[in-house]
Amino acid sequence: MWWAILGAAAGCYLLKLAGLSIPARVLERPLVERIADLIPVALLAALVAVQVFARGTHLALDARAAGLGVAVVALLLRAPFLVVVIAAALTAALLRLVV
Amino acid sequence: MTDPTPRLPGAERRAIIRDGLGVGIATGLYGASYGAVSVGAGLSVLQTCALSLLMFTGASQFAFIGAAAAGGAPLSGAVTALMLGTRNTLYGLKLAPLLAFRGWRRPAVAHLVLDESTAMSVTRDSGEAARVGFLSTGLAVFVFWNLFTFLGAIAGNLIGDPRTYGLDAAVGGAFLALLWPRLTEPRNRVIAVVAAAVALGVVPITAAGVPVLVAGGVALLAGLLGRGRTQAEEGTS
Repeated sequence: MWWAILGAAAGCYLLKLAGLSIPARVLERPLVERIADLIPVALLAALVAVQVFARGTHLALDARAAGLGVAVVALLLRAPFLVVVIAAALTAALLRLVV
Repeated sequence: MTDPTPRLPGAERRAIIRDGLGVGIATGLYGASYGAVSVGAGLSVLQTCALSLLMFTGASQFAFIGAAAAGGAPLSGAVTALMLGTRNTLYGLKLAPLLAFRGWRRPAVAHLVLDESTAMSVTRDSGEAARVGFLSTGLAVFVFWNLFTFLGAIAGNLIGDPRTYGLDAAVGGAFLALLWPRLTEPRNRVIAVVAAAVALGVVPITAAGVPVLVAGGVALLAGLLGRGRTQAEEGTS
């Protein structure tokens, strides 16, 4: 576990440094730019789906889905980041308390 | 801007620093939930704090511990964390000409390249204001994120199962909030839906952590196919 932590941390730092250091024209190529733009979208969407609807290697519909629903409403109402996160947590916690 | 380093009025400087502190505290509070979820996922307090100190990029950290929580191999979590970290490379490219840090300062400030510090500096209208916004936000987030990570990890050990407090649902909400501003583009909405569907589709047949990586492949494929289409369009016109 420690090797994964240190390796990933070092890699993340180098990725940050690379952005400040490499010449902008490398990333101005349309293909690189498009893929670099799409990767966070795909990863974040997949992380939302997996965090909410997967339990181990099974799909599950539980209190987390209600939390996500409330998060969507909060985002539509332009709530700040922290409010969205807390609303999702509270919803799931209360639902688990009741059910 | 003709003068590369115009003097920033004291009032404006203080206002920018105050905004940076506000963002730092708000983001830091969210670090408490990261700390609690991380120890709930089976990492030690030391490992949890090491990630905040050394990796220091929230989405990657959550992805890393998410894979651990689901029982995946540490390697799949690390790869997902790195792929999410490419976001910061793009931020750095936008920031480099604006901040114009040279020499030893560049590796020193690179650690502070984040969603928050980028957002609080790219909108400024001078290099000086951008640097103040970047440094104040980056440093404030660093201090509070690490402080609250530690408090959250300690609390997480005390409160037991983080699911009781809905912290597992908080992670999904946080990823969605990070994704939300990117969904204004129709192309991104399609990619997001396809990526989520593909990830869920492979959940039953792959090890934990892998579905998210498969979704990263969707982005790669979409980027490549998009090029094909552009070339075809150019060919016909």
